Amino acid sequence: MGKTIAEKILSKKSGQNVFANDIVVADVDFRMGQDGTSPLAIRAYQAMKGEGICSPERAALVIDHSAPSPLEGVSALHTLMREFAQGKGIRLYDIGEGVCHQLIPEKGHVGPGSLVVGADSHTCTYGALNAFATGVGSTDLAAALISGKMWFKVPETIKFICHGRLPLGVYSKDLILFLINQVTADGVTYMAAEYTGEAISQLSVDARFTISNMAIEMGAKVGLMEADDKVMEWVRAHSDNKFETVKADADAEYFAVKEYDVSDLTPYVAKPHRVDNGVPVGDVAGTPIQQAVLGTCTNGRLEDLTIAAQVLEGRKIHPDVRFIVAPASRQIYLDAMDAGVLKTLVQAGAAVVTPGCGPCVGTHNGVPSDGENVISTANRNFKGRMANSNAFIYLASPATVAASAVKGEITDPREFL
Amino acid sequence: MELRGKAHCFGNDVNTDYIISGKYKFKTLDMRELAKHVMEDLDPEFAERVQPGDFVVAGSNFGCGSSREQAPLALLNAGVGAVLAKSFARIFYRNAINTGLPVVVCDTSQINAGDELVVDLKDGMLKNVTQGREIPVQPLPSIMLKILSDGGLAEHFRKYGTFNL
Ligand code: SF4
Repeated sequence: MGKTIAEKILSKKSGQNVFANDIVVADVDFRMGQDGTSPLAIRAYQAMKGEGICSPERAALVIDHSAPSPLEGVSALHTLMREFAQGKGIRLYDIGEGVCHQLIPEKGHVGPGSLVVGADSHTCTYGALNAFATGVGSTDLAAALISGKMWFKVPETIKFICHGRLPLGVYSKDLILFLINQVTADGVTYMAAEYTGEAISQLSVDARFTISNMAIEMGAKVGLMEADDKVMEWVRAHSDNKFETVKADADAEYFAVKEYDVSDLTPYVAKPHRVDNGVPVGDVAGTPIQQAVLGTCTNGRLEDLTIAAQVLEGRKIHPDVRFIVAPASRQIYLDAMDAGVLKTLVQAGAAVVTPGCGPCVGTHNGVPSDGENVISTANRNFKGRMANSNAFIYLASPATVAASAVKGEITDPREFL
Repeated sequence: MELRGKAHCFGNDVNTDYIISGKYKFKTLDMRELAKHVMEDLDPEFAERVQPGDFVVAGSNFGCGSSREQAPLALLNAGVGAVLAKSFARIFYRNAINTGLPVVVCDTSQINAGDELVVDLKDGMLKNVTQGREIPVQPLPSIMLKILSDGGLAEHFRKYGTFNL
């Protein structure tokens, strides 16, 4: 019987011939924790009476969620992380390096066929590189650090085949918001998503990360793609490690196969307070906004900043809008500087903050006020997500966010292209 | 493992930001402090009202959202004895087992707030004492029962030093 990508990777890493719904203990290639989850993982490590880390060079801790620290209590947790990492010989990416989900691929820690666990729900991002990468909790992370292993239920898979090409002004963010709207926030719960088809292979690797990043927003455990030449080139540019690509068998068994033609897709916006509450931008155009956010692990890459800069070239942000930009990593910050992209954004009126999570999760860097509307390139618009449960968050592509920032209301970016 | 408590009812898609908001979770590791704010955006009096051993009863997709283990830990520290829902988001489900918070998948649509419930995790049966009826429960896979009965994954590792499932 044929296998899905998920079944193949978990078979290889557990040394068993497994299929969906089997439960395995498998060898993990890389482990990651961030500053919201690592302190508890360190606690769990101590509670487990851990006596060392299995292959510390295959783990990293990242300080990105509250970076630099906005509070004394957070500073203490950061110190705890730094001391733990130093004591155990684990690499630590400190403030200003970037968001964990940009750094782990960018620093070459992950590639095709890797099995990765991260104590952050958007670890599924690396699925765009053909890696089985999934979010776990702090206790799981501690167990994986000690043993180098993790227990997994082999997921069933839903395959999404996206035919056609995205039209001008429509991006991978619009596509994933559309797909989530189609299957709902728990449409793929406990399963793997495989994304394939012409519309996916047309995309750059940067753009594919956006899709895999949001697999969790349909409930998925992983958001897998096959590794084509673009992926291999990307991986070789970032890593010296050897990777083996994993393809699904033609006779693999899927829980469901869903096909879409995306040639006529319009820009999409997820309305508050649910990610699956997506509508074509026309349905919400004209909604006034007070804050616009460009960045996060979903859309803080060079391509995203460049698209926003194209919209903003020679224009100014609306006087009633605060426009916050957080490059996803220091490298992206530098590249955007070299390309003149950052200059365009700042001239238009952007407030650029430290590479990292920025205002995404309400720890700092732009908490909205009561009754305000925010349009953001992030992946979540839950009530209270940005630390104010009386604010309203709309999710959209970098182009839509930039266009909306200019007009002070939600705007179809195709007007500017 | 027999558990007994009163029901506190919630709807579908209770996400981890509702269980414990990000504005508290990054500030402290003091779980008793976090427990004071558990479910605050959905039911501001919940943390005061909940009695040790009481059950959170919800619809589908409970715990969707972030991987923050603070969510099950805040519930545990508030005294919640188990969460019953039609379905759970994957990471929350994992984290609950790993931290020792029993999670029960069953049809919760007939349970009312204040109902007295008894759950047997091994036998897979839920009794609604108030209504005098039984509700079938999806049995837990043995790996998860083992972790739960050890008191969570930390205790499991403390005992065995590695996975022993
Ligand atoms: S950018 Fe937002 S979604 Fe991404 S890791 Fe940071 S807080 Fe989480």
